[in-house]
Amino acid sequence: MIPPAIEVTHLVKRYGDVVAVNDISFTVARGTTVALLGGNGAGKTTTLSMLLGILLPSSGQIRVLGENMLTHRHRVLPKVNFSSPYVDLPHRLTVRENLTVYAHLYAVPHPKKRIALLAEMFDLAPLLSRPAGSLSAGQKTRVALAKALLNEPELLMLDEPTASLDPDTADWVRGMFQDFQRRTGATLLLASHNMTEVERLCDDVLVMKNGTIVDKGSPRALLARYDRPTLEDVFLDIARDRRGKGGAIP
Amino acid sequence: MSDPSRHAAPLFSWRRVYAMVLRHVYLMRGSWTRIAEAIYWPLINVVVWGFISQFMAGHSDWVARASGVFLGAIMLWDVMFRGNLGVALSFLEEMWSRNLGHLSVSPLRPLELVTSMLCMSLIRLLVGMGPVALLTIPLYHYSIFSLGLPLLAFFINLLVTGWSVGLAVSAMVLRYGLGAESLAWVLIFALAPLCGIYYPISVLPEWLQNIAWYLPPSHVFEGMRSVMFGQGFPLNELLTAIALNVIGLTAAILLFLRVYHVARVKGLFLGMGE
Repeated sequence: MIPPAIEVTHLVKRYGDVVAVNDISFTVARGTTVALLGGNGAGKTTTLSMLLGILLPSSGQIRVLGENMLTHRHRVLPKVNFSSPYVDLPHRLTVRENLTVYAHLYAVPHPKKRIALLAEMFDLAPLLSRPAGSLSAGQKTRVALAKALLNEPELLMLDEPTASLDPDTADWVRGMFQDFQRRTGATLLLASHNMTEVERLCDDVLVMKNGTIVDKGSPRALLARYDRPTLEDVFLDIARDRRGKGGAIP
Repeated sequence: MSDPSRHAAPLFSWRRVYAMVLRHVYLMRGSWTRIAEAIYWPLINVVVWGFISQFMAGHSDWVARASGVFLGAIMLWDVMFRGNLGVALSFLEEMWSRNLGHLSVSPLRPLELVTSMLCMSLIRLLVGMGPVALLTIPLYHYSIFSLGLPLLAFFINLLVTGWSVGLAVSAMVLRYGLGAESLAWVLIFALAPLCGIYYPISVLPEWLQNIAWYLPPSHVFEGMRSVMFGQGFPLNELLTAIALNVIGLTAAILLFLRVYHVARVKGLFLGMGE
């Protein structure tokens, strides 16, 4: 039996007296797109960081693609990738140089071919010889996404993937994710504030608040449970501790 | 689903080391200021100490007996200093460019990162010191290469000491952030008075001598003077330096790996940058 893409059991992260993530458990099935939704300080980025292995939990278990992330992180990382507008690529290197370096880090076969393909996909050909630091926010995001797809990851984790993009580019990027997932069967986990994005892309939503998962379900199920027309209304109900029209208890 | 064999993760991958070296070579290739900086200070040092040597040769029997003693010393000191800086700068570049987040979620292992930093240190050193060492031949009629095979032993030992200090500095920067970056330039100078670069260790007070003999460079510079003053190659000094360097480098690597682990516990990779 193929294990789920992500299995999290009783995950806790404490910084001294502060509990950033408080005993969360969830499973992400392979080939699905799941969102971590929550306000600032809800614990989304902390959870994502633990899933990526750059932050060690205080307690709990994480299995990614069937491997224990705490003991066999390096077996998993070649099959995973990550993108965030808040983590830069070296500014002085050109786009091509950056992608070449990461292609080698991820042991991508035929890096030149792969970069050419991604450049075509993300319309990066005119940018390949430009320093990454000279690009606009939208162009940087496209480069970061190309980097994230270099190794055709089985699991792609995205931290606010369309932040800083104009609506047109953001929409195009979402289309790219859907296309990538359909083509490869990859699993996508994204932390986002963007409700339109979550509604369009995600099969399931994990709603976080104060370090815990306060609700979960498909976007449609959440809308029905809270009897709200949009996920944004659901989000506000939960953020403001309001009982939804349907009686759901945040 | 992709072919699983494509994602096999070897314990140590030279390809990933190559990727990191490539990243810094790209950076140097695209920045003439970085190359100029690598050559500038060794050149200034050699010019100044070359003139001091010429002056001292006429006023000091000790210097006159081995006219290149200061030039040899300053170049070997620069090997250690540049070795340290080469390691620390490779790490600082990742901090300055806020790239550590991407690297730490890539398959790159900490030991591969360390290896790439050591490789880059050697490359930076050869770029900076190579031309300067050659320049002293026409300028001052002194060739450091006249030390012969012992030069290689001295070079490797001082480079390894520089690596150890550079790794310790990188660990401090990882732990305490960019506020600690100036350690890359200053920490190694704490060793300078103790390791007898320009004078024999016997000049130091006895209690300082006791400390100095625990430092690998003290044995290297004593060895260098022994060769230059025609007293032969002191094998015991070399072996002591090697033993101390093995201990020092192992301790520095373990310190870096330990701090890397602490960084994962404390979430330091999440807020890296200026």
